[in-house]
Amino acid sequence: MTTEAMPLAGNKVLIRKLVVFACFLVTAVTLIPVVMMILVAFQSDAESMAARPSFWPSSWHPENLTRAFELVPLGRYLLNTVIFAGGTTLLETVTAALAAYAFARLNFPGRSWLFGVYLATLMIPSQVTLIPQFVLVAKLHGIDTWSGMILPHAFTAIGVFLLRQFFLGIPRDYEEAARLDGANRWQAFIRVIVPLAVPAIATLAVFKFIGQWNNLLWPLIISNSDATRTASVGLQVFQDTNGTQWNLLLMAATVTTVPLIIVFFLTQRWFVRGITMSGLGGR
Amino acid sequence: MAVDTLFAPATAAPSRPSPKPTPRWRNRESLTAWLFILPSLIGFLVFTAGPVVAAGVISLLDWNLFSPPSWAGLRNFARLGPDPTFWSALGNTVYFTFLSVPLTILVSLALALLLNLGLRRVAVFRSLLLLPYATITVAVAFVWIWLYIPHDGLVNAVLGVFGINGPAWLIDDNWAMPALVVMSVWKSFGFGMVVFLAGLQAIPQQLYEAARVDGSSAWQSFRSVTLPMLSPALFFVVVTSIIGSFQVFDQALIMTNGGPGSRTTTLVMYIYRTGFENYDQGYAAAQSLVLFAFIVVITAAQFLLQRRLVHYDN
Repeated sequence: MTTEAMPLAGNKVLIRKLVVFACFLVTAVTLIPVVMMILVAFQSDAESMAARPSFWPSSWHPENLTRAFELVPLGRYLLNTVIFAGGTTLLETVTAALAAYAFARLNFPGRSWLFGVYLATLMIPSQVTLIPQFVLVAKLHGIDTWSGMILPHAFTAIGVFLLRQFFLGIPRDYEEAARLDGANRWQAFIRVIVPLAVPAIATLAVFKFIGQWNNLLWPLIISNSDATRTASVGLQVFQDTNGTQWNLLLMAATVTTVPLIIVFFLTQRWFVRGITMSGLGGR
Repeated sequence: MAVDTLFAPATAAPSRPSPKPTPRWRNRESLTAWLFILPSLIGFLVFTAGPVVAAGVISLLDWNLFSPPSWAGLRNFARLGPDPTFWSALGNTVYFTFLSVPLTILVSLALALLLNLGLRRVAVFRSLLLLPYATITVAVAFVWIWLYIPHDGLVNAVLGVFGINGPAWLIDDNWAMPALVVMSVWKSFGFGMVVFLAGLQAIPQQLYEAARVDGSSAWQSFRSVTLPMLSPALFFVVVTSIIGSFQVFDQALIMTNGGPGSRTTTLVMYIYRTGFENYDQGYAAAQSLVLFAFIVVITAAQFLLQRRLVHYDN
C-alpha cells in the first residue's frame, strides 16, 4: 500500500500499474488550474462571463491575446519584470559571490563577527524592513525609479550564506595550485572558484529570479506608473479596472505566467538542486 | 568532477608544509578581503541591516511620512492590545498556519512517497508536480477565484457530481479561509515534495532490507526507517512552512482582499494597510516587530523540540 519495496511477486505488475495510474491522476489534478487558465483565456466574452461557467471553449478566440495587450501594456509590464527580477538577481549574485569568497577563504579581523551580523538578519521577515526601506527610498526620491525598485532587494544575507557554504566545500588545494603559479586572489577567484561554483551560483540566481518575478508587495508600494510596474502589480491593476472579464483577465495571467514557466523548465535542474540543497542544509 | 580526480592525490599528501603567512601578507589579505566584501557590505548595511535597526526606531515614533515624526515611546505597542483588527488578523494568520502547514506536509510527503516507489519517469512527474510552485501567485490566484465561483464553478461542479452542495467559498464567512488554504497548499507543496524525495532517495536500501529480515511490515518499516531518516528534512520543511505561512499576503489580497468582513485579513495585510493605506508608519513598524517576535518564538520552540524528535546520523 505505502512505502518501498514489498516484493509480493505476483502482485508486482498490478501494483506498478496502480502506481503509474496514481501518478498520472495526481499530476492531472494538479495541472487543472494552469490548464483552465489557458482554456478560459481563449473563450468568447459571452461564454467566459456567463452565469454558468463553461470549461472547454465552444469557440476559440486567439484575438483575446491582442485585446489583453490593448487594455493594459502587458509587454511593458513583462519587460519591467525582467528588469526588476534580472537586476536584483545580477546584483545579488555578483556581490554575494565576492563577499562569500572573502568569508570562506580570507582572514581578516572581525570576519566571524561580521558574518554573524549577516546571519542574524536571515530569520527577519521582509515585512520588518519593508517600512524603513520604503521611508529610505521615499527620502532619496527613489519612488517609481529602477534604483528604488532594485537596490533594496539585492543585498540579502541568504546569498552570501549559501555561496559561502558552497565555497567552504571546495578543497583549498585547487586554489593554492593556482596561487603557486603566481595567480593573485582575484585571479584565483575568477579562474578557479567561480568555474567550480557555477552550479551553486546558477541555483542562487534561478531562485532569486523566480522569487522576484513573483514579488508583489515591494513593487506594489514603490512602483506607481507603467514605467516600472511589474507583471504582478499590473495584473492586480487589470483586475481592478476590468473586473471579471474572465477571458481577458486569464489571458493576461497566462501571458505573464508562461515566460516564468519556460524559465522554470529551462533551469529546473538548478531549481531542484537549490531546493534540495536548502533542504538538506537543514541538517 | 574531473578536476576532483585530477587533484585527489595532492589532497592526500601527508606532510605538505603549511604556508606561514608573514604579517605583511596578512595585512594585504585583510585589505583584499575588505575589497571583496565591500560591494555586498555597503548594500547590506544600507538596505538590510540598517532598516532592521530603523524599524525599531520607527516603531517608537508617531509618523505619517508627510509631517515630521514625533516621539511616541511604547504607545504604538500599547495600541495593539485594544485593537480588534490586530487580534483578528493574528487569529486569522494562526488559523491559516494551523490548516495549511499540516496539509502541505501531508500532500508533499504522500507525493514524495508515491514518486519514490520505483517509477521509471520520476523526473517528468516531479517537474509537472513542481510547476505550481514556479507560477506567479497573483496570476494563479485569478484562476482560483474562477475555480471557486459559487454555484456552477468548477470546484462546486465537481462536488455536485458527488452530490455535495458546495459553499460560496471565497464569499462565505466560514469557507473563505479554507479556500485560501487549499490554493496555498496547491501553490507550495512542490517545495516540500522535492526536499522529501531527495531525503527518501538518500536512505540506504540496506536499512529496508534489514527491517524486512526482521519481519517488519511495510507500515513498520515506514515508522522505524523512513520517518526517522527523513526527520531532518521534515523538520526543515515544517520550520520554513510555518515562517512562510505567517507571512501570507499575495493570495489573500487578490482572492478575498481580506474579506468577507475581515475573515481573511492576515497580519501582513494589516501591516500593509496600516503603513500604506493609513500611512501610520510607526504603528505598522510595531506590528511588523510583533510578527517577527512570533516567528522567533515559534522557531525557537521548534528547535527545542527538534532535539527530541529529529534523528541525525553522525
